[in-house]
Amino acid sequence: MIRVVLPAHLRTLARVDGEVKLDVPPPVTARAILDALEARYPVLQGTIRDHATRKRRPFLRFFACEQDLSHEPQDAPLPEAVASGAEPFLIVGAMAGG
Amino acid sequence: MSKVRVLVGTRKGAFVLTSDGRREHWEVSGPHFGGWEVYHVKGSPADPDRIYASQSSSWFGQVIQRSSDGGRTWEAVGNKFVYEGATGTHLWYDGTPHPWDFARVWHLEPSPTDPDLVYAGVEDAALFRSTDGGQTWQELPGLRTQTSASSWQPGAGGMCLHTILLDPQRAGRMFVAISAAGAFRSDDAGATWRPINRGLRSDMLPDPVAEVGHCVHRIAAHRSRPDVLFMQKHWDVMRSDDAGESWREVSGNLPSDFGFPIDVHAHEPETVYVVPIRSDSEHYPPDGALRVFRSRTGGNEWEPLTNGLPQRNCYVNVLRDAMAVDALDPCGVYFGTTGGQVYVSPDSGNRWAPIVRDLPAVVAVEVQTLP
Repeated sequence: MIRVVLPAHLRTLARVDGEVKLDVPPPVTARAILDALEARYPVLQGTIRDHATRKRRPFLRFFACEQDLSHEPQDAPLPEAVASGAEPFLIVGAMAGG
Repeated sequence: MSKVRVLVGTRKGAFVLTSDGRREHWEVSGPHFGGWEVYHVKGSPADPDRIYASQSSSWFGQVIQRSSDGGRTWEAVGNKFVYEGATGTHLWYDGTPHPWDFARVWHLEPSPTDPDLVYAGVEDAALFRSTDGGQTWQELPGLRTQTSASSWQPGAGGMCLHTILLDPQRAGRMFVAISAAGAFRSDDAGATWRPINRGLRSDMLPDPVAEVGHCVHRIAAHRSRPDVLFMQKHWDVMRSDDAGESWREVSGNLPSDFGFPIDVHAHEPETVYVVPIRSDSEHYPPDGALRVFRSRTGGNEWEPLTNGLPQRNCYVNVLRDAMAVDALDPCGVYFGTTGGQVYVSPDSGNRWAPIVRDLPAVVAVEVQTLP
């Protein structure tokens, strides 16, 4: 199972506590995780990726295994540790004031 | 006894304030959607328990919330606002073409007759409609593709469609206002639009009397006389007696004719309220005194209303969607400030009291009058 950590505001919106666990068939990519996440929680559609462009929203980042994967192609395979569930895929809100 | 429910949008969530018809003692619920900007919350006149809220964030984008129990519980509905067809361009701040880009919903206007029909005014300026209670949204593209649209430019707050008026007497007639494009009217339920800015003068424009480009801050009308429109423009308070075909200035003796909100008394169509602000670069009241000004003559002659409002060291702003009136007799008037206060006057403005003093900056105030 893939483990996904959401920012607090998106956990509230999706009404989940803690990590989200998703069944994602290989190859495990950012796009596959986001597709599965939005299928499970349709309320998250548009909050991580823009509805029209499908691009990551500018103030969000994707981290895993102590790496910033935000600028990797969404179809690039993620580290094996994410695919195996050993490490979570983190969706992180940028630190910014307001 | 009748009740009132005040719907407050702030920079960090929504609040619901309720009272009986005396409007003296209040219950406060919230924050709903804490930490998110709530640009507008408005109830359906056809079903007051149906309420729509615009929740947005620079991080997570737009969410539309809907309540079916008067704001006690909420469910997220559709948030997919996609422009219809070719996106096209408007002018950016530097005068170069800029593609239309959805940012947020500024204003939600539920139908007076159908709880599932609601309009959304958005940034970048466009008008959307939902006929299924907010689950799906379709653009009415005739506004964004109106011939002048490629020359529209954003105001400092963004190129927002912030005002939607549905004519209660003439089916299919609607008014919208856009900063900084101006006012527009449709007579065919939003299919086609034309500018209605004749008589406006904006000295910051190369052509001060241009057909479009005016920074209209708010338009209001009394439901018994929808052809009589009142406008708070960037500078100038204006009036039209012909559904926007022409405008004349009615700023009269106001200490400043800059401001954001404007509203009309529920039972007196010639009684109008504004909140003068010192200037466009000083977004606070003149003399550090928070004063609502009331005209009982449809403009030009204004009286300050100060009883219960801070008259020293007050430097808050009152934003364009942050004033409302209830339908009780005497009419209640409400407004919220960027300092987090929401004030009520239960007697048409003669005396005021804070309902709450310490909310996040208030963006929007609406009120429902309930049986």
